[in-house]
Amino acid sequence: MAYTVPRPKLTFAEKLYLPNIVAGLAITFKHLKRMLKGETKVVMQYPEEKWDKSMPEHYRGAPTLVTDQHGRERCVACQLCEFICPPRAIKITPGHIPAENAFAKVEKYPAAFDIDMIRCIYCGMCEEVCPEQAIFLRKDYAITGTSREQMLHNKEKLYELGGVFDGLIHKWNPEK
Amino acid sequence: MDFFGSIPWLLIFTSLAKTIFLVFLVVLPMVSYTVYAERRVSALIQDRLGPNRTGFPLTLLGFKKDFSPFLGGLGQPIADAVKFLLKEDLTPGHVNKPYFWLAPALAMMPAIVTLSAVPFGSELFGYKMVVADINVGLLFMFAISSVSVYGIVLAGWSSNSKYPFLGGIRSTSQMISYELCMGLSAVPVLLVTGSTGLSKIVNYQVEHGWLLAPFTDGGLQLREVLLIIPIFIAFITFTISMFAETNRLPFDLPESETELVAGYHTEYSSMKFALFFLGEYTAMIAGSALVVVLFLGGWHVPFIPDGSHGAIFGLINIATFFGKVALLLICFIWVRWTLPRFRYDQLMKLGWLYLFEIALVNIFITAGILAYTK
Amino acid sequence: MSTAAPTEVQMLNVQIDGVWMQFPKGTRLIEACSQAQKFIPRYCYHPKLSSPGNCRMCLVELGMPKMTPDRKPVLDADGRPEIAWIPRPQISCAQDVSEGMAVRTDSPMVQDCRKGVMEFLLINHPLDCPICDQAGECRLQEFSVEYGNASSRFLERKVKKPKNVELGPRVTLDAERCVLCSRCIRFMREVANDDVLGFVDRGSFSTIACHPDRILDSNYSLNTVDICPVGALTSTDFRFKMRVWFLKETKTIDVNDGLGCNITVGARQNTVYRITPRENNDVNGVWLPDSHRLNFKYVASEQRLKTPLVRGETASWEHALETLAEILKAHGPESMAIIASARMTNEELFLVSRLSEHLAVNQVDVVPRTGEPDGILIPADRNPNTSGAKALGICGSTPGARLPGIAEQLRKGSIKVLLCFEDPAHCGLTEHDLSKATLLCVDILPNRSTPFAAVVLPGSAWIEKRGSMVNIRGRLQRLNQATLPPAEARNDWEILCDILRVTGGSNLPSTIEEVFKQMSAAHAAFGGLTLSKIGDLGVSIADSLPPSDH
Repeated sequence: MAYTVPRPKLTFAEKLYLPNIVAGLAITFKHLKRMLKGETKVVMQYPEEKWDKSMPEHYRGAPTLVTDQHGRERCVACQLCEFICPPRAIKITPGHIPAENAFAKVEKYPAAFDIDMIRCIYCGMCEEVCPEQAIFLRKDYAITGTSREQMLHNKEKLYELGGVFDGLIHKWNPEK
Repeated sequence: MDFFGSIPWLLIFTSLAKTIFLVFLVVLPMVSYTVYAERRVSALIQDRLGPNRTGFPLTLLGFKKDFSPFLGGLGQPIADAVKFLLKEDLTPGHVNKPYFWLAPALAMMPAIVTLSAVPFGSELFGYKMVVADINVGLLFMFAISSVSVYGIVLAGWSSNSKYPFLGGIRSTSQMISYELCMGLSAVPVLLVTGSTGLSKIVNYQVEHGWLLAPFTDGGLQLREVLLIIPIFIAFITFTISMFAETNRLPFDLPESETELVAGYHTEYSSMKFALFFLGEYTAMIAGSALVVVLFLGGWHVPFIPDGSHGAIFGLINIATFFGKVALLLICFIWVRWTLPRFRYDQLMKLGWLYLFEIALVNIFITAGILAYTK
Repeated sequence: MSTAAPTEVQMLNVQIDGVWMQFPKGTRLIEACSQAQKFIPRYCYHPKLSSPGNCRMCLVELGMPKMTPDRKPVLDADGRPEIAWIPRPQISCAQDVSEGMAVRTDSPMVQDCRKGVMEFLLINHPLDCPICDQAGECRLQEFSVEYGNASSRFLERKVKKPKNVELGPRVTLDAERCVLCSRCIRFMREVANDDVLGFVDRGSFSTIACHPDRILDSNYSLNTVDICPVGALTSTDFRFKMRVWFLKETKTIDVNDGLGCNITVGARQNTVYRITPRENNDVNGVWLPDSHRLNFKYVASEQRLKTPLVRGETASWEHALETLAEILKAHGPESMAIIASARMTNEELFLVSRLSEHLAVNQVDVVPRTGEPDGILIPADRNPNTSGAKALGICGSTPGARLPGIAEQLRKGSIKVLLCFEDPAHCGLTEHDLSKATLLCVDILPNRSTPFAAVVLPGSAWIEKRGSMVNIRGRLQRLNQATLPPAEARNDWEILCDILRVTGGSNLPSTIEEVFKQMSAAHAAFGGLTLSKIGDLGVSIADSLPPSDH
């Protein structure tokens, strides 16, 4: 069953089309005028104006590694982030902590920890899955580089971005 | 010796000087900055800012600071030109190469050649400010500008791909349809001024007032008041036809990006694409110049004498002419960013069923008024 | 449930979660429940070991038929015995089914018991799953999710026990994770015949330890890691190498001896990380010798042959095969010999036999390998496919019997070309002898004769190929591909097809399945079989092999 859309009845002025064109031109001219007078609010001018101050707490920027208050790297190379990472941006090579080390009780640490920032989609799954509270998404969003190598964040870079996180993990405390 | 002696060296030199001045110092920069204006005005109309960053990188030349003038972004057209020149010139393997190469030239060339007949000023140091002051200037312009359709048709055909092909077909039919109407719209002006030479038409308006504003000569006669009606109608139909001839929105069906990707220049890149781009905007300038000459008094403004009274007035006349053209160009842009595109059948209907008839009837009205007020 | 057993086994009626079923006499209750699709969690119980019943995880509610004073069961309206439920839970692992027995595997009491047992087991557990290699295949994790509590009520300090203790050269102990199930102790006592492990200390300080002056160095020690339900015993070799959930598991067979233990190869991104045994009660049960499971490192060796070599120079496959064809065509069949290998699959050996027929070479044999049998799994024959080589006629009933003759003829100069699929130095040939002959080698690693070879073609290791082998008991088993061969190396059957092709052979197979098809058509022992019909557990073809073979 075909359904015919009823066409609206047009007045002569509307049929002539010219008054509507003039009305349209008036509307666009109004916008032009308001822009020229600076009355219209426009978008943020990025490099000069930044959003950093009003960035929310939950903002998901670059993933980073953090150390605890004793300077121990929190990551124990459990590779859960590597497993959960949807674009497979994370690559961890686990290593043994030698017996003479102060944190020998922890046994395992990441010998290498690479995040490929070309692949990273900033989803935050790694932070969510981390059982050691070792990986956090910081607020750095302008991750740039001129080569693939520069976009590969290695362990040093990740700790540099991440800093220290005081927190509640007592698991590796020898007293507990 | 006779042969060399018979060559009009002075004429060649002055014509060359005028051509170089017109094309390279005025029109081409004007084209670039029309593109810039298009982007800025469209942005402002849409509550954006547009290109406001590219300045002039003077630090590259050893200066201490980059120069970024008041509005910002004035370096954008130059940067764009450099970009066009440096981009890879890609010729797809499936195209018809000779025509594919010829098409951009054919799109650009007629638009520039038409300008030769336009009187863009009065006089400067005793020389008339028109490259070729021919007495069939208007017909010359119509004739040459209709050649530009070959550029588009060849581009569409030689690209050997469906979107350019459709764009080429649309463009051909559209230009043929609206050329008729454009020519007919100009006839009332010819009737009134009694000449097809563009300089004569301007001179008539200098003496009798602009056709659209007959009071500019300081007085109004009954004939002029009566003629205002057909002249205004002619102005409207001429302008609409010109929009269609230059493939500008609301008549940009040959390259409507929502339907045909980019129409006839889909397969073009780099400088060849840029030539289409230049051609389109040069045609806009030529069209605006024609409107200015036919209806808006050419280089004339009231109370400013022509160039025979001094070089300064000659320069002011030139500036006036291009000022009027620039204003019209702004209107072009303004219309483009206001109106939606016509459907193809609507375009044809408008051209053949309305504009053509109106222009035709308008000729008789003008003739009647002229006969009645004789 | 019961298979058609030749001797009459008494069938007993058992009620499991309200459903009456029949089981043969002697079935463990925990197994009966498993067969009835009622899984009962367990730590200490292992079907191949004795049942001490010390983990208490398999508690169920048990009932026996009500008896009248004259020892007759009281029957209900349906004619089934009425059940008298025992008020306290019973372990199901140390109990055989009996007539009229009833069991509830998921009643509220059972659930409470499991929850309680889990809570006790986790009291001193270090909860270090992030670093524990068992994570992902840990019974404690699984049952904690299924039956445990989400939180701990334990406020006291946890008992500290030794961690990272090397019990032996291949096994590391973390005593804090141990749930004292004693599986490892029982395995070493009952299966490995090396009673080296035991419990020391009491109560919550109880822990696993080696006998003083002894270490856990049995060749079966890594099986304790497999059967350890938690992360207490971990493989020192695999320790911290890769999380188990990344491993792509490929079911294949071991090639270190004639038994062909069924194994699972765990690999990630073309790297093999570990090998674990796979249950096959007709071959290896669930065990695997350490020497076999750790013998995979050479596959990833940097030394691997990656491109063909022509007189020591890297060459393209086309060039190498052309050179090889020229050499083969330039010599008569009487001056050639083929040294095949009993480490090759049936398919490859079949193609070798085709090649020898095609070239009319009759000097073909394999290199034998023998060692002392260990009385548990490892037999004397250390070649995985001697039976296959015999069945396909590559060697006689004594493998390697023709090798001394070949070596002698080579020294005399009547054999000039040697096509080797194994290092010919094994035939007692010196470097001086080898340098005289024209050697054409297919191998995976450079060996003593590679420097003298005219053409070397890089082949695939056993982890990298599909195919089948026949073990010493006449069981046809299948190899599957876990990783890809390195660089330009090819599968050996492809290389053999290439050699056949360049020497003018016809009817060449294009897939390994086609090779098997041709082989099953040509040899009655493989008749009616395909690679997929072999299945993961293999099929016995002992009856169709020549009787002298076993």
